[in-house]
Amino acid sequence: MASDEETSRPFAGLSNVSISEEIPVEGDITVPTGPSTRDDEFSTLDEPVKETVLRDLRAVGKKFIHVMYPKRSSALLRDWDLWGPLLLCVTLALLLQGGAADSDDQGGPQFAEVFVIIWFGSIVITLNSKLLGGTISFFQSLCVLGYCIMPLTLALVVCRIILLGGTGIVSFSVRLAVVTASFGWSTFASTAFLADSQLSNRKALVIYPVFLFYFVIGWMILTFSPGN
Amino acid sequence: MASKNDPFEFRDFDETGDLLIPSNDAVTISIDDEDLKPKRARSDVGFTQDAADEEPLIGDDREELLAGKKKSAPFWTFEYYQKFFDIETHHVKERILGSMVPWPGKNFIQVYLRKNPDLYGPFWICTTLVFVIAISGNVSNFLVHFGNPDFKYTPEFRKVSIAATAIFSYAWLVPLGLWGLLLWRSNKILNLVSYSFMEIVCVYGYSLSVYIPAVVLWIIQYEWLRWLSIAVALCLSGSVLVMTFWPALRDDHPKVVIATVSAILLLNALLAVGFKMYFFSQPGPGSVPVSVPVTKTTNGTSS
Repeated sequence: MASDEETSRPFAGLSNVSISEEIPVEGDITVPTGPSTRDDEFSTLDEPVKETVLRDLRAVGKKFIHVMYPKRSSALLRDWDLWGPLLLCVTLALLLQGGAADSDDQGGPQFAEVFVIIWFGSIVITLNSKLLGGTISFFQSLCVLGYCIMPLTLALVVCRIILLGGTGIVSFSVRLAVVTASFGWSTFASTAFLADSQLSNRKALVIYPVFLFYFVIGWMILTFSPGN
Repeated sequence: MASKNDPFEFRDFDETGDLLIPSNDAVTISIDDEDLKPKRARSDVGFTQDAADEEPLIGDDREELLAGKKKSAPFWTFEYYQKFFDIETHHVKERILGSMVPWPGKNFIQVYLRKNPDLYGPFWICTTLVFVIAISGNVSNFLVHFGNPDFKYTPEFRKVSIAATAIFSYAWLVPLGLWGLLLWRSNKILNLVSYSFMEIVCVYGYSLSVYIPAVVLWIIQYEWLRWLSIAVALCLSGSVLVMTFWPALRDDHPKVVIATVSAILLLNALLAVGFKMYFFSQPGPGSVPVSVPVTKTTNGTSS
């Protein structure tokens, strides 16, 4: 109807105004959507807590796998969350405790310092990439940077196990190799996700801070030495 | 633009010259020639100079024009800070290289910044320097005691925060003071050259870049090598700073010029030597690890 009128008459727009006003279609449309969303809420409320937690954990675990196999997928970017970064950051900071650094006089990285370096560092890197004109959103970038700490956290676990054996030159060289490999892995994984958001002539400017960030975390892991 | 206009001017001039030649006598021709030759020579020189200046940095010119068209956003918005990050990788490389290799007669601000100061370089150079100093300080401390069975290596994370405080305050407060000084002096004496605060911050940030390789060299346990690298780094960054600020200071009272230049150099030297003394001091074997905890505990009880 409307299309016929438009094609036949040049002033069809004027008549259309009255037609659209007299049919209260929009009111009818909004009414059914209300209950349906409420139904969804009820369904998530009804489910056991275990399922809710497991679903979120599964989502986090899926992203861990994406970091370990950094193919250029947008899974980390599409639905970001900060649970994984929080988990990794707390694990890293807790595992860095209990070293000789905790004795009174020597200032090794404390829990708060590790925490602040990771979060403040990733916020600064994100701001840097936004200021350089990146197309990625703030929390997407935080999510990627946080998840890509995972190889370094694994390296710290390995280092602590090696340190149980002793602190000789052999143990140090093994730790050096492990930390270097995981540092490379972290940098590679994060650049695989982040590099596409930037123009080609600015990629190096975005990647360099990421490199520095993981380098510092790697240094903290490598120089960690346990207490007596 | 100028290169297109020049040939047209010449053609006009030549044509009028040609027209004049048959009608006038030799005297006027010689005057014409005299008029022509210097002009041609002058324009040739000007043209080649322009070309030499512009050819490597054509991209910058275009960006500069675009930047000039942009409206200035208020300082609380994100866009205001975005214009300080409007650079590309090759610009940063050029600027770092330019701050490391002082070239006589090349003003860092006029040659490399070209009214487009960035904050990317200063910020990340300072951050890099902080961590490089802390890490290599730790490594050299480890190497000093290497092989000593009594020594137990512990990372000194405190060095990061101390280095960060020192470097960031140097890179922000000194430019602030210098900017205030230049502003005050330019009110008293008419100066053609004036620098904005961001330009001064940018120069100071980039002038720190030469310390990064120098600090890495400090890991090697030779005192003479350390002092040599300090001297070289001081000469390079100090000369870049002085050469940059020279045009702004030149017309001032000689006392003020000498005081300012010596203050710039002194602060620069203070920073470098302070780093050397604090982070790479060579403790006597076994004596310092005992004495340091003692001083700390007394501090703790008093406070």
